Amino acid sequence: MPLLRIENLHTYYGHVHALKGIDLEVEEGEIVTLIGANGAGKSTTLRTISGLVRPREGRIEFGGQVINHVPAHKIVQMGVCHVPEGRRIFTTLTVMENLMMGAYTIKDEEAIRENLRRVFDLFPRLAERKNQLGGTLSGGEQQMLTIGRALMSRPRLLLLDEPSLGLAPMLVKAIFETIREINARGTTILLVEQNARAALKIAHRAYVLETGRVVLSGPAQELMRDERVRKAYLGER
Amino acid sequence: MQQLLQQLINGITIGSFYALVALGYTMVYGVLKLINFAHGDLFMWGAYIGLTGLSALVALMSRGGPILILPVSIIVIVTIALVGVLIERVAYRPLRSAGRLAPVISALGAAFILESLARNIYGASWKTYPTGLVPAGRVALVGGVRISVMQVLVLVVSFLLMALLYLFVYRTRIGTAMRAVSLDHEVSRLMGIDVDGIIATVFLIGPGLGGLAGMIVALYYGSFDFTLGWIFGLKAFISAILGGIGNIPGAMLGGMILGIIETLGAGYVSPQWKDVIAYAILILILIFRPTGLLGERVAEKL
Repeated sequence: MPLLRIENLHTYYGHVHALKGIDLEVEEGEIVTLIGANGAGKSTTLRTISGLVRPREGRIEFGGQVINHVPAHKIVQMGVCHVPEGRRIFTTLTVMENLMMGAYTIKDEEAIRENLRRVFDLFPRLAERKNQLGGTLSGGEQQMLTIGRALMSRPRLLLLDEPSLGLAPMLVKAIFETIREINARGTTILLVEQNARAALKIAHRAYVLETGRVVLSGPAQELMRDERVRKAYLGER
Repeated sequence: MQQLLQQLINGITIGSFYALVALGYTMVYGVLKLINFAHGDLFMWGAYIGLTGLSALVALMSRGGPILILPVSIIVIVTIALVGVLIERVAYRPLRSAGRLAPVISALGAAFILESLARNIYGASWKTYPTGLVPAGRVALVGGVRISVMQVLVLVVSFLLMALLYLFVYRTRIGTAMRAVSLDHEVSRLMGIDVDGIIATVFLIGPGLGGLAGMIVALYYGSFDFTLGWIFGLKAFISAILGGIGNIPGAMLGGMILGIIETLGAGYVSPQWKDVIAYAILILILIFRPTGLLGERVAEKL
């Protein structure tokens, strides 16, 4: 049984039909990436899974439970954490307070300390800056904080939306290495990226979205060799 | 010098009233970006519930004394807090996604309803609190400055409440979640925070404090009518803006400053001119610091 199974998902923004019947599966332990142009429905897919928007049709199953109508804050408790696009840290909260908000669903102090240790182990920079306000961090550090904050809930499934957006090339490389590392330590990842090449390199499988539909899917290595993908998303002629 | 100190004590007393009420405006603005115009009238209702409670208790016990204030305070806090939550539930929550204007109109509507209800139930005449609840004496401080027992009571209670609120908002998990919700509802939900629950909590605390302040103000001045909420509410709202709306220490500071300026203006110039002086200064502060004194202490860059 896959960890996440999505069937025939339709989502609307007002009258705009953003997702037109998405089918998608993520197995425990995988990195799966969604690639596609702007407006293809990648972010909407993540937002529908995490409960920020409601699907009009279809079903989302996580760990065997249907979560279509579960409120967003309860979906987090079930083990799905969504890192939205654009490094939305709490700017006037300290780094430590940001991380504690990530652990909001956890009551056990010992578990919180353990998760904090793991996050600081992954991002030593955050430990150095734990008492600074989030807004004073650099762009790369803010991205580390959004990911670190999400990991504080120890999710089974991490939804990452454009983690490399707006980062310097050196940092982009570091972020992708970190994603691979997080996966190696046991977290399943669903990754949305504009940077298709980097995403396909670390992913096990991929889905290509166009105007709200899945047009291609398969192992990442295969898609990387696919003529259409190379032309449309990897910038080759 | 003696007069200045005396005026400062009076100013801080008035300022602490403004601060307690301003906190309610600023906390609600923080989480909803909404000016809760009903807040002044919740405060006024605190004065009426306090009147009913204290009158009944004085009649029942056939004696006065400060001890009677305590149980009535609790009744006032609980009642007004529940009304606050009810208003959020009925008048604001259904309009959460209806833009900025509709909830403001709804808030004004709630304010008028509360005010008319008070006038219809208690009448339009001035109401007087039972006397003898607080000893009338004055305590001499250094330099010939005198402070009334009532003022001591007011200052102790309001500073204690403000300190507790500060600790709650800045030192507890729920308080931190409250600040997180003020910054970003969506991301707060993604952290597993029940945003509606946090908003309801704000509507318990803000009106609870405001209602208690209503009773304390009525006790301090001795009499009031149904317009109390309008006058005090507006001044407290101004205090919140002055300190930087959405900022909790700002509301406390703004209230104190407004109270002190008003009192000094009344004492050194003339009582008729106190509002002119106070609000001219206010306009100047806002021209030079539009975000209020403590607003946006950190540049919000992305």
